Amino acid sequence: MSLNTLALEATGISKTFGSVKANDQVNLEVKKGRIHALLGENGAGKSTLVNILFGLYKADSGIVKVDGEPVDLGRPKDAIDRGIGMVHQHFQLVPVLTVAENIVLGNEPSNKANVIDIENAKEKVRELAEKYQLDVDTEAIVEDLPVGTQQRVEILRSLYREADILILDEPTAVLTPQETDHLLQVLKKLASQGVAIIFITHKLREVLEVADEVTVMRNGQVVGSTTPAETDESGLAEMMVGRSVVLRVSKETASPDATILEVINLCVQDDRELMAVNDLSLKVRSGEIFGIAGVEGNGQRELVETITGLRTADTGEILIGGTSITEFSPRQISELGVAHIPEDREKHGLIGAHSVADNLILNRYYESPFSNRGIRQQKAIAHYAKEMVEKFDIRTPSIETPSSSLSGGNKQKAIAAREFSHNAQLLVASQPTRGIDVGSIEFVHQQLINQRDQGLAVLLVSAELDEILSLSDRIGVIYRGQLIVTANATDLDRNRIGRIMTTGSDSN
Amino acid sequence: MSANPSKNIKQFFFSKRWWILTTVLLVFFTLWTSEFQQANTTSVLVSTLRHSTPLVLGAMCGLLCERSGVINIGIEGQMLMSAWGGFMVASTSGSLLLGVFAGIGIGMMMGAVLAGISVGLRGDQIIAGTVINIAALGITSFFFSLGRTLPSGKAQVIKLGPLADIPVAGRVLFSNKPITFLTLLMIPTLWFLLFRTKWGLRTRAVGEHPSAAETVGISVIGMRYLNVIMGGGIAGLAGAYLSLEAVGSFERVMTNGKGFVALAVMIFGRWNPVGAWGAALLFGYASAIQTQFQFRDWLTDDPQFIGIIPFVVTIVVLAGFVGRARPPASIGQPYSRE
Amino acid sequence: MMNNFRLFLIPVLAVALAIATGAVIIALSGSSPVDAYKALIDGSLSDSKSIGRTLEKATPLVMGGLAVAFAFKAGLFNIGGQGQLVFGALIAGAVGYGITGLPWIIHTPLALLAGAVAGAMWGAIPGILKASRGAHEVITTIMLNFVALNMTDWLASKVWREEGVIVRTPHIESSAEIPRWGELPAGFFLAVVVAFLCWYLLRSTTFGFEIKSVGLNPNAASYAGISVKKIVIMTMAISGLLAALGGAIETQGVVGRYEPGFNAGLGFEGITIALLARTHPLAVIPAAVLIGAMEAGGSMMQFKADVSPEITDIIQALILIFVATPILVRWFLSQKETNELSVSTTWGSS
Repeated sequence: MSLNTLALEATGISKTFGSVKANDQVNLEVKKGRIHALLGENGAGKSTLVNILFGLYKADSGIVKVDGEPVDLGRPKDAIDRGIGMVHQHFQLVPVLTVAENIVLGNEPSNKANVIDIENAKEKVRELAEKYQLDVDTEAIVEDLPVGTQQRVEILRSLYREADILILDEPTAVLTPQETDHLLQVLKKLASQGVAIIFITHKLREVLEVADEVTVMRNGQVVGSTTPAETDESGLAEMMVGRSVVLRVSKETASPDATILEVINLCVQDDRELMAVNDLSLKVRSGEIFGIAGVEGNGQRELVETITGLRTADTGEILIGGTSITEFSPRQISELGVAHIPEDREKHGLIGAHSVADNLILNRYYESPFSNRGIRQQKAIAHYAKEMVEKFDIRTPSIETPSSSLSGGNKQKAIAAREFSHNAQLLVASQPTRGIDVGSIEFVHQQLINQRDQGLAVLLVSAELDEILSLSDRIGVIYRGQLIVTANATDLDRNRIGRIMTTGSDSN
Repeated sequence: MSANPSKNIKQFFFSKRWWILTTVLLVFFTLWTSEFQQANTTSVLVSTLRHSTPLVLGAMCGLLCERSGVINIGIEGQMLMSAWGGFMVASTSGSLLLGVFAGIGIGMMMGAVLAGISVGLRGDQIIAGTVINIAALGITSFFFSLGRTLPSGKAQVIKLGPLADIPVAGRVLFSNKPITFLTLLMIPTLWFLLFRTKWGLRTRAVGEHPSAAETVGISVIGMRYLNVIMGGGIAGLAGAYLSLEAVGSFERVMTNGKGFVALAVMIFGRWNPVGAWGAALLFGYASAIQTQFQFRDWLTDDPQFIGIIPFVVTIVVLAGFVGRARPPASIGQPYSRE
Repeated sequence: MMNNFRLFLIPVLAVALAIATGAVIIALSGSSPVDAYKALIDGSLSDSKSIGRTLEKATPLVMGGLAVAFAFKAGLFNIGGQGQLVFGALIAGAVGYGITGLPWIIHTPLALLAGAVAGAMWGAIPGILKASRGAHEVITTIMLNFVALNMTDWLASKVWREEGVIVRTPHIESSAEIPRWGELPAGFFLAVVVAFLCWYLLRSTTFGFEIKSVGLNPNAASYAGISVKKIVIMTMAISGLLAALGGAIETQGVVGRYEPGFNAGLGFEGITIALLARTHPLAVIPAAVLIGAMEAGGSMMQFKADVSPEITDIIQALILIFVATPILVRWFLSQKETNELSVSTTWGSS
């Protein structure tokens, strides 16, 4: 097999959503047996491109050739039939089905009466798993599996369909460093067996480590192609962002003061009534950022929801400024001075159909001057909203625009504007920069540091280890609802945190 | 796949302990209220089964739809339209069989309407179902003319040979009318289809995570149309049961809330045909209890209190079980590919 | 602006299409649609007497429509309007005849209030069941309709029954009667005032803001400290109150007593009206008058054109199909422009 034959060739791909040109005349060539990294910021158009290649979106114009033949990729089935497989950023697995069922779904071994031969299916999956050394339990229910294993299931699903072009959309975003290393090994092995791999990421380190070729996208266009040999991290970063970027957040040393948040032996159940937070204790002092590192789904969400009053603790206690809030409602906690940037902007942070103005006062709409004896004071609301829009540089046509039509970064700024203007003593920020552009990330990071410097206690929860490392003064590593290690940020390194996140153990 | 069968059996009894306890209690209560007379007990059980038939059919319609991700609140209207249409065809043609087919056909058409609005046009599923209910009420009231009868009378009991002579069980299980027998067959069949076949796996995948199904090449829209239309057909059979097998004529609003009770049955049965059957029997019993009260001469002066029993049970079941039972994850959300 | 115009166009077009389809059905059933519709207008809008009857019919419809529209704002679908209405009607009737010797200025509002409170309590039940147990209100409200019909039936036949063979409550005292101004029923104007109150409450109060927030995004509302449970219960109570007040006005202004079988099906008409009005409280008024006119003219249509009055049920069902489903909307608006109603999001979750 020649390593230089093209597996996939896309020419002149364009796609517009509303007024946004997500892809503008994009070209991409992927060779057999090579790992091709597709690099770019959030919103650069990488996901749009691969969704077109997988038949999930329909391109407005452009040609895709597989093995030299032009193909019409109207639906995922067309792509699958052409040997294209995809590992999605948000896993496309059915949580309540087993591993084997998920892998064979849509292509089930069955008899003539369409009765599924499940033993045969399991056997096939086991063979594949062995061949590619991707260890899975075929009978496990997918939702019970850790994220890294779910990703393996996704890869196996593509291999089961005999994919020889494998697209991975931000596969390492949810993985620990150790899991990432393992994945990269798997990709190299797949490539050596002739699979063409398109690997989307915004993490430069990974590109340099694993890619044979790199295509960089910005604002929906391809801005350049290169190879790891020809460039380095800062070169890639500059291509990606279009200007040289500061990769580190600058901050002064923290000067922590009194304890603001104290969590004592907290136990909390999740929605499935399993113990999500298990005997967890922590303290956050005024003027410091306490970062919680960990793989998602290890109790972070439940912890945050309990601190903000949205979930009830089973046992244990939470003190904020010395007041026990275990019996408090979300509103009472908010009035104690707790600001909250929720994990899911669209679902929890904003009411999309409400105007920007109404969203800016969402936590204080009932107070003076926004309300007087139960009657809303439109003038005061508008006045305040205009002030906030200006101060936080929220890009919106007007304060009456529904917040749902803002961009991700501006939505996050609106939430930040609301929560930071709230005379808080504690700020709880969950995944504060997820899915927003670099400019907004810098803004949010700077704001978090400013809040800290003004004496707030900040509890930062993030799945981005880099974010935790660069912002936190102290770090707690969470695993299955427990903080395994709590230490000063300077005493912890990437690998050690990664190990604890993955194994729950600090020993080698 | 445990290697220890006795442990499995123990586990089975433990996990089903509430069902078993309830059944034992109900059996005792039945015997007591029927004064330990075989004839009374039999008639209560027969009545339970009869009352449960349209409910389990309705619930199977509901779960077919919901397993694929579509809420069907219009079961009541689908049943009513089919009861009416089946009756009209049977009374005109003189053929009960033709009437039943007409009922199923109309049910499928109503299913297609629901699917068209909620799947095709991505309208709100609950509003779409409510529209069907209200439209069915209007249409059946307008087109119904009094004085029609079934030339052949309503469906007759079929006895399954010697099996029908077994005391109690013979009368209850082996001596029934055709749609009742058909329903008893459909319950395990649907269970098998849902949990053992390609169609079933795909249906469940579409209901739980439509985009995952789409990415492996399953047409979410197609599956939803198929299931909602088939569900409509089952609701149609329930309607035909009411007018052609149970009552023998059409009356205005003859479904009397059964389509909604069926939804509670579906939830109580955890979106599983066999579970729905158990739940339907419980509800059927709640209706059959009326006869028991007569044996004991209870509340005969205040029939209204007996009349509310099935509705109150429905509310109690909903209040007790929703949230504990986990519905298919994608229900209520219209699906579009981009 | 264009958008607003088209949003207004949809209900109008829906009504026109429904009437046209109705004409086809009338023609197919062997009558003349022109005669039928002429009779319909004759019976509903031709003189002050028929207009009075239209408004009389429209009164409980305004209230039923408001009940549904109000609940919709919190993302709740109250199809239990009928049960709430009969409770209001019965309790108003009981207070209307049971308490004697009061001046009308006290007796009339007292009876209205009693009916309204009864409906609020009955309406709060599905709210409580939803807030505490996650039981969807569509099923519980309809089940409670059946319970309410049985219970009011029992109360009217056993507890507050008039001597005689007919099951009904005694006629209310004249001090509890809502007057007519000439041919015009004063109750209608009361309903209009209530519609304005609902509009103001939703538009300009913090409570209204809370209701709308819960309706649009209950998750974000609870993150913002709004008690979703409290709002759900209170909204259902108010919705029940509105429906029940419609029943009370009907008892005190039209029927004069409670009889079982009172206004069967009214809860469903409320849905049609609320959706025709696109859940705007003020738009409920013309929508209810339209449906009221159909009801008022229905008997004239049977009398003059020999068309079964149930044809109006069909027309209403057609209107509902056109306004409640996106059939028409999709012709005019792209998916993005429509801010469609959704009540399915909380199904099956607690």
